[in-house]
Amino acid sequence: MTLKQTLFASLLAAAALVPMASAQDAETEKAIEKYRQMLKADPWSNPGLLDADRGEALWSTPRGPKNVSLEQCDLGKGPGKLDGAFAELPRYFADADAIMDLETRLLWCMEKLQGFKRADLVNKPHPAGGQPVKELGAIATHVATKSQGMKFAAKLDHPKGEAAVALGEALFMRRSGPFDFACATCHANDGRRIRLQGLPFLSNPDAARKVIGEWPAYRVSSTHVMTMQHRLYDCYWQMRMPELELGSDASVALIAYLVGKAEGGEISAPSIKR
Amino acid sequence: MRAFLPALGIALTAALPSTSAQQTATIDPARVEATVKSAFPTAPADWQSRLTPDETMRQCSAHRNNPPKAVFDAIQAREKATIQYPADGKFLGDWKKGEALAQSGFGLRFTDYPPGNRTNGGNCYACHQVTKQEVSYGTIGPSLLAYGQVRKFTEADAKAVYEKIYNANAAFPCSLMPRFGANKVLTIEQIKDAVALLMSPDSPVNK
Repeated sequence: MTLKQTLFASLLAAAALVPMASAQDAETEKAIEKYRQMLKADPWSNPGLLDADRGEALWSTPRGPKNVSLEQCDLGKGPGKLDGAFAELPRYFADADAIMDLETRLLWCMEKLQGFKRADLVNKPHPAGGQPVKELGAIATHVATKSQGMKFAAKLDHPKGEAAVALGEALFMRRSGPFDFACATCHANDGRRIRLQGLPFLSNPDAARKVIGEWPAYRVSSTHVMTMQHRLYDCYWQMRMPELELGSDASVALIAYLVGKAEGGEISAPSIKR
Repeated sequence: MRAFLPALGIALTAALPSTSAQQTATIDPARVEATVKSAFPTAPADWQSRLTPDETMRQCSAHRNNPPKAVFDAIQAREKATIQYPADGKFLGDWKKGEALAQSGFGLRFTDYPPGNRTNGGNCYACHQVTKQEVSYGTIGPSLLAYGQVRKFTEADAKAVYEKIYNANAAFPCSLMPRFGANKVLTIEQIKDAVALLMSPDSPVNK
């Protein structure tokens, strides 16, 4: 099977699974697990790799009002150095005097180097179901693949890093909105499910190490890559909260908290998710 | 696609955190509030209240849902006072409508804004096993199979479960279950329908 054929078969399988959305059948989970295993057996068949490739091209293409590429963007290991950069994020950036996760740093580079307007970049930054991940997310996917197989070692020892982790923990536990939900409502216990979907115990390092490194991930149910910022945005949607802004301090703090819990966990992004 | 990502929902009994959840660092509460205020810049005016927890949720978060007795008692008294009862004094509505709202996760999301005529769901199945027929159920809350049967369908239990759904924090402070009546997620009529689903002898819950 060529790569193209494999991808096509995978997409067909994904399309076939989508209408089962409301199916009340444990067979659904089994079928998706089989599909996941097939994708893992042949890592080149993950549709998310197309977005990583798109991200790679976008990284080096002159774009934006200033018509420059992102090759001078410093993700923490020096301008243009991508190998292992994701594994050390979030981290403190002196030029911004802030802790930033991967997507927030890319947002900063696209604004400062390429001249894009921040307001435009944070306006509907995540794809709707069936739509491909947007440019920033594709670039993030590419950067994440450059840390594949490495272990999370976020540089959070800066005072602002420690503050971000503490803030993230407070947000994780903070209940609000009409359903009184916090992240901890669903993610502070082992072995719980929502409908048929398993819920990772994210404040437990053992569980966090298994799942945090899977993002950005290709989602079968929405047929696109979902980034970590998008993942959080979607959680707040479920929590009946308003739209979490990409790059907001709250989003960075939550990611710092989660990646801090996942320290030492292996990076496998882009993974494949239900 | 959204349906595939099962909506968060209803009902948890006294779900307490399974770990001690020790605080690792202190953070100024004012900074937390300011961070939340700036994280949701597109929130419409009539959603601003969602950004700030009420006193009960503030206390529950601060104590990691495991408040000391004095706080527990204070929350319970405060939340009990919010419960409004059916004007006709009847606690059981239509179990078929109850089953429909137990399945529905619709309502109150930003994709449901502005609200139209469609009624909110209770999404009971997101967290509870409710009937044998529905195998796609969550496990955040306990199974509700045979709920009425094991309680011998008593009026007192119908009233108790009405109160539980109306305001889970009155039944057990810092329960993970939403306060469906007190927070205006469900109407009194809808809560009666959910009670009927659990407490009617002819409901599939009890078959």
